[in-house]
Amino acid sequence: MSSPSTSLRTAGRRSLRPADSARRRRRLELAFFIVPALVFYLALVLYPILQAVHYSLFNWSGLGTLSDFVGIGNYRDAFNDPEFTGAIKHNFILVGLSLVVQFPIALGVALLLNRPFRGRRAARIVFFAPYVLSEAITAVIWLLILQPDGLVDRGFQSVGLGGAVQLWLADLNLVLFTMFVVITWKYVGFGIILLLAGLQGIPQELHEAAAIDGAKSWTMVRYITLPLLGPTIRIWGFLSIIGSLQLFDLVWIMTQGGPAEASNTMATYMFNNGFVRYEFGYGSAVAVILFIISFALALIYQRFVLRRDTRGALTRMAG
Amino acid sequence: MFRRWKTWALLLGTVAVLASLGGLTTAAQGKTAGPKAVTLTWWHNATADPGKSYWAKVASDYHKLHPDVTVNSVPIQNETLQNTKIPLALQSNDPPDVFQQWGGGVLGTQVRAGKVADITKYVKPWIKLLGGAVAGWQYQGKQYGIPYNLGVVGFWYNKALFKQAGIAAPPKTWNDLFTDIAKLKTAGVTPIAIGSKDRWPDAFYWDYLAVRVCSKTTLQQSAITYNFSDPCWTKAGTLTQQLLNDKPFQNGFLATPAQQGAGSSAGLIGNGKAAMELQGHWDEGVMNGLTPNQKGLGSNLGWFPFPSIPGGKGVPGAALGGGDGYSCSWKAPEPQCADFLKYLVSVPVQKGWAKLNIGLPTAKGSESALGDPILRAVAKARSASPFVQTYLDIAYSSTVGQALDSAIADMFAGQKNPQQVVQAIAKSAKSSH
Repeated sequence: MSSPSTSLRTAGRRSLRPADSARRRRRLELAFFIVPALVFYLALVLYPILQAVHYSLFNWSGLGTLSDFVGIGNYRDAFNDPEFTGAIKHNFILVGLSLVVQFPIALGVALLLNRPFRGRRAARIVFFAPYVLSEAITAVIWLLILQPDGLVDRGFQSVGLGGAVQLWLADLNLVLFTMFVVITWKYVGFGIILLLAGLQGIPQELHEAAAIDGAKSWTMVRYITLPLLGPTIRIWGFLSIIGSLQLFDLVWIMTQGGPAEASNTMATYMFNNGFVRYEFGYGSAVAVILFIISFALALIYQRFVLRRDTRGALTRMAG
Repeated sequence: MFRRWKTWALLLGTVAVLASLGGLTTAAQGKTAGPKAVTLTWWHNATADPGKSYWAKVASDYHKLHPDVTVNSVPIQNETLQNTKIPLALQSNDPPDVFQQWGGGVLGTQVRAGKVADITKYVKPWIKLLGGAVAGWQYQGKQYGIPYNLGVVGFWYNKALFKQAGIAAPPKTWNDLFTDIAKLKTAGVTPIAIGSKDRWPDAFYWDYLAVRVCSKTTLQQSAITYNFSDPCWTKAGTLTQQLLNDKPFQNGFLATPAQQGAGSSAGLIGNGKAAMELQGHWDEGVMNGLTPNQKGLGSNLGWFPFPSIPGGKGVPGAALGGGDGYSCSWKAPEPQCADFLKYLVSVPVQKGWAKLNIGLPTAKGSESALGDPILRAVAKARSASPFVQTYLDIAYSSTVGQALDSAIADMFAGQKNPQQVVQAIAKSAKSSH
């Protein structure tokens, strides 16, 4: 009884030792790589979020101690402020427009750029270039282009459409859509590059087989390209939604949310009410609302849209 | 269990090591500043020349005079400085020692939070040199800052365009202004340029009209009681609306910035695209910088005070104005900091600054150094004003001040009437005071 067990144990011990040290080394490696990231995450992401939640319960000028506790008062004020609900509406208009307008453009251009033709490399650079610019530079360039009698107005005039010239940034009913055009100009290149990368991953054989079966090019796009591009499209949608919700730089530099709050986004409203007015408690409440809306949308999107991708990947791997 | 505990211990250990490393670096940094040698970090808004180089020179000159004090001049873009940099820095443990101070309601907020040094006892021997200008940098009778630049708002105008429209002399009354606007329109000239994108230029009109129609007591009390029930406030709005209905502004003015680029309101005046602009005393420097030769309109540029309103309850000749100053933060070495402020507003330094023609010096006897005849005229108007009301967005707490600017901007965009403007201001005052 005892001898086999001892022998087993010794055998086990002999084989355990290297495994044990390997495990320890793996843990050490894990700690080495994870801890710095974890520290930064806790200190620079989680802690500030919790702090913002804390501040949001006070009436606080940003200076001095937190003493004037108002509970959910700031949140109530925010939802009672038509300027804030207006800003939320603007964000969702931008989300909707981004998905509906930018996607067909990005897909069309990506399909085009995926075909071999002379000057393709140059065309890719042209489409992607705006994405490389910072938002601040984009905003300043477009301010110049859009100013009355600027490049856009002259362009319209030179093709005999002088009557179509509008006050692109000064018209309350138009300014949000002007902003959307600028956003599209800046970010559609990113969508194109993402979709192009996705297209490269689609095996050519499928198209060849379909061609032999007599499929037309639209049929191939509909039944081969789009389904196989699904994961890329869904990720693009995710990034587009989050980007539209958090839009700040472009709007702040170009219009400061004006005129008369017509182009306010949640983020510009937050900056205006938090920093410019020294109402840091209220600004924090707005920031928390912005965070919750973005976070909730991200979770819903992951649950209902992106989940299919992970499941597909996992089953394929298992099979 | 044990293994897991060990992993956690390892994690915590690494955290501790990292944290102590952080501590070590801070300790090392703390040691470099000796007990005697003092460094003053100075945040100001002179990001462009000639102001930028001049402040850098002042900083090094001061170091030459006081070898134990090093002044570190840090120029920061004005709006960033005012809206984010200063509030965040004051709340942190590492604020600048000397920082740009606009006075008024924001100064009050900073003082109540204990973030600004009381320099009353240091400045007492010499503050008379600055005269009445210092009032905007006081809070409850104590001095918390020193102004080096104080000006009044008025109309900058293009003499050639006025002449072209057949206007012999700048308007004296509110009605004259409308007559001249009509003449300019007939001559095909944009009468008034305004930078409504920035909101505060809109408020200049409303503020100035309030200065004309509200009594001095009403104006001064409003910054204490935040009571806006006097009908004169609505009257200021009605008069503003009257101007708006006349459509004197450039095409697309709602999106025009005040000071950035040739398409800004200052740029339009400087480049001869509009006849006049209601702006602060700094406007000449701004508009010159926005013209191709940096010279602006030259001798064609003129200045006239805001027109009078017959029957208004305001002090005749009163002006709307404000300025720039510096404060010492709660962390600053007080005697050295106060002495540096004294140096900044000493007559030789102020004279040198006045020569740059970018503002109106506050130290008595330094105005003569203003090389520009128009600035000398503005300085004269400032001295002649029986009463200078600080811009209302500065005089009030930042919450009320910004709500005021925002409500008036809404009126300029056709989204609020005069009553709604007063209601919006009163509402923000009620919720924050």
